[in-house]
Amino acid sequence: MNFYIKSFLIFFRIGLFTIGGGYAMIPLIENELVDKRKWISRDEFLDLIALSQTVPGIFAVNIAIFIGYKLRRFWGAFAMAAGTILPSFTIILAIALCFQQFKDNPTIESIFKGIRPAVVALIAAPTFKMAKSARINLYNAWIPVVSALLIWLLGFSPIYIIILSGLGGYLYGRYLHKQKTKKEDC
Amino acid sequence: MLFLQLFYAFFKIGLFGFGGGYAMISMIQGEVVTRHQWLSSPEFTDIIAISQMTPGPIGINSATYVGYTAVVNAGYSHAIGVVGSIITTFAVVCPSFILMLLISKFFLKYQKHPIIASVFNGLRPAVVGLMAAATLILINQENFGTSSFQVITSCILFIGTFIASYRYKVNPILLILICGACGFLLFNESMPSFI
Repeated sequence: MNFYIKSFLIFFRIGLFTIGGGYAMIPLIENELVDKRKWISRDEFLDLIALSQTVPGIFAVNIAIFIGYKLRRFWGAFAMAAGTILPSFTIILAIALCFQQFKDNPTIESIFKGIRPAVVALIAAPTFKMAKSARINLYNAWIPVVSALLIWLLGFSPIYIIILSGLGGYLYGRYLHKQKTKKEDC
Repeated sequence: MLFLQLFYAFFKIGLFGFGGGYAMISMIQGEVVTRHQWLSSPEFTDIIAISQMTPGPIGINSATYVGYTAVVNAGYSHAIGVVGSIITTFAVVCPSFILMLLISKFFLKYQKHPIIASVFNGLRPAVVGLMAAATLILINQENFGTSSFQVITSCILFIGTFIASYRYKVNPILLILICGACGFLLFNESMPSFI
């Protein structure tokens, strides 16, 4: 079978059966591409995962794009990304079509009244997990607190927060670097 | 004009969406709910619930859903709604392709570069703030209700789900199903009221 069709189908299957986004996909991709087909080595695979995490965008799609590009340049990336996207695109489109008709149904509405607070809690919980892995302590706790308040109370766009914090990290890194070279000069 | 706005909004979400699915929720919320008001706050919460229960990343799911819904709400037909969802889904992955072409030039040098490392030292704590903001924005009257009965029930469901998810790592799909069943039993007007 053609390489592009095959890789499209592999990622289509993985995309169809993984609930929970990119991280849930990693072991499945590893099994398919590293263990079964030996298209890439494990070290290369781990490097690509690390790289996918440092670029913005949808993690699952980034993994597909970087592996595809590594194997067959642009069209490899295209085939694998299309495979990842298509299952969820189709399913959500079908739901959106149906949901428009059921939106005002009182039974559906009552079910969602119960679900909505749960969803908010499901976003709150990983916030604390993320705070742990981002090593938030007394000295840098002001960064998440101030950014959350700016977005929540003053209606700041999260995009500005991302740009500012990236820039802040860069400037701070440069400042530390300068201090270090100054000390070495003395 | 609507199609251009949709493309631009989701292109930005793809370009600045650092830190995975949950951090992206804040970004999508900022563009889709706060700025353009393509969706109401409960509609947005419902999509997150649907995303949790169906395969696929939240970024793709919300792009597809918003693309369709925003176009249909603006008075266009279902077929044009499908075109809208194709535009938004394409827009959200577009930056990833562009970045891939740029990064592949330097490839592995890129992620070990000290500049990238220090940028991420700034980004990581901010992403925590973004996720906290997404939570705070969603704790509102539209999601938690206005009658005292609904507010109290919602708070109990919120706290219960939080503890079950954070402390006991219960599967989110199971939690959504349980809370959906609670909603059906407690809020359905055709059912006999408990209070």
